[in-house]
Amino acid sequence: MSDRYEIRFSGSGGQGMILAGIIMAEAAAIYGDKNAVQSQSYGPESRGGASKAEVIISDGPIDYPKATAIDCMLAMTQEACTKYHGDIKSGGILLVDSEEVKTIPQGAFKVLSFPIIGTAREALGKTIVANIISLGMIAELTGVVTNEAVEKAVLSRVPPAFLDLNKKALQIGFESARKLK
Amino acid sequence: MAEKKKKLLQGNEACVEGALYAGCRFYAGYPITPSTEIMEGMSVRLPKLGGKFIQMEDEIGGIAAALGGSLAGLKSMTATSGPGFSLKQECIGYACLTEIPLVIVDVMRGGPSTGYPTGPSQSDIMQAKWGTHGDHPVIALTPSTVPEILTETIRAFNLAEQFRTPVMVLYDEILGHMREPVTIPNPGEFAVEDRAKPEVKPEDYYPYDDKFLIAPLAPFGSGYRFHVTGLNHKQDGFPTNDSKVIRENNLRIMRKVDINRETIWKNEEVMLDDAEVVIFTVGSTARSARFAVNELRKVGVKAGLLRPLTIWPFPDRAVAEISSRVKAIIVPELNLGQMTLEVERVAKGRCAVEGLYRVDGEPITPSQIFHEVRKYL
Repeated sequence: MSDRYEIRFSGSGGQGMILAGIIMAEAAAIYGDKNAVQSQSYGPESRGGASKAEVIISDGPIDYPKATAIDCMLAMTQEACTKYHGDIKSGGILLVDSEEVKTIPQGAFKVLSFPIIGTAREALGKTIVANIISLGMIAELTGVVTNEAVEKAVLSRVPPAFLDLNKKALQIGFESARKLK
Repeated sequence: MAEKKKKLLQGNEACVEGALYAGCRFYAGYPITPSTEIMEGMSVRLPKLGGKFIQMEDEIGGIAAALGGSLAGLKSMTATSGPGFSLKQECIGYACLTEIPLVIVDVMRGGPSTGYPTGPSQSDIMQAKWGTHGDHPVIALTPSTVPEILTETIRAFNLAEQFRTPVMVLYDEILGHMREPVTIPNPGEFAVEDRAKPEVKPEDYYPYDDKFLIAPLAPFGSGYRFHVTGLNHKQDGFPTNDSKVIRENNLRIMRKVDINRETIWKNEEVMLDDAEVVIFTVGSTARSARFAVNELRKVGVKAGLLRPLTIWPFPDRAVAEISSRVKAIIVPELNLGQMTLEVERVAKGRCAVEGLYRVDGEPITPSQIFHEVRKYL
């Protein structure tokens, strides 16, 4: 199963976790030279409730579309962190929002903590781009897709008026992750 | 010719691409999770292609309007999920007897009733076959990847047009909502079939002309006047009490699919040649099965996968053939044993048949299948 690289984005409905997953998959499969499958799971609510998006990236065909042994997981809320961290593999990475996730789960994985939503609010005045900051961080931390591919994927998804904002958010993500590594 | 474009598409979006490629120009339906993206996509795309889209008052209205669209000559589709599929059953029977081409997509969710809208399920396998009353022909296709949803939707339209019958596309929530890279086919890359049109003058036309196994279908409004009823009918479409005509018609609508089943069947076989235990499954569960087969082979277990892309008519020949040379057929399904019953029927005790079921809104994992297969070795 080493030919699968598994990423899980988790948070609450409305935080853009599924969009982050879609963009990561596009970076790998459309703007990169890999195969990718993105899937998701959410409750019946359109806002709130724990939500997760999963991306499997591989050089070959991808059969099972869900995560089995996660290489890298993002948790933007305590609920999602508690509910979904169980599948992180030994030696994997857990990235949490330090203001949201106070109870850090124990496991044989590396935990990185960063105020993702707080940075979006303070540096850019918009918490809505917290998911793009987190996407930049995940790309930088995992190296599974190039930063150029992620940037192309982000810019192809956002309306022209918000290009700059998202570009900045992504750069903040890249830089923040570099400092955490 | 346009350059081929690779896109990351959701299963439901690929369904829209397949339908439009096949020439679908009328959609009527009612939104329901996890199928709604099909309806949203059709509402955006159809008007730009000169097609028509209408959201009806409910699921029954959706399929009824789609039947009207098809009778008027446009390739038509409706899409739904389990609860809506239940509501559409009366009209599915109507389409079978009146021989109206139609594609019905059912993105399966957990049931019964409104069940679990956002979780995957394969609980409509038997509803597709027996949801409407009376003996009737059923063609149902079961894609397993996003690119396959596109190509199987094209095939569904082709079969509906060729056989003048409703064709169902069944897949589950995982496939409906997951995204994979898809290359949109260029025109001409896949065959697109159109229903036979009458070659006789309007006054000589019979909608169920008994000279044919499958009579040509004239579009309403083209000068060919004919009657359509869900009552047993004569070749002119009007009701009949003639027992010979009733019998012939009931047998003929079954026969038109039955004698062509070899061309309707479509199976993928993975490492079956030397297999001792074979997994039989469809849809997203087949992805878990393929993963498990690869892992089992790595540890020296001779496992294989038989994956039907046509679940109805049931792949009797393929199942009968493997049942005579394997120890066991394992049938994982996201229900409590609907396909297993069919496999048992066909295997006739020639090998063990064991179901592996899950109805908690979560997928059957590769490791569940891995461990189930190992029990038989």
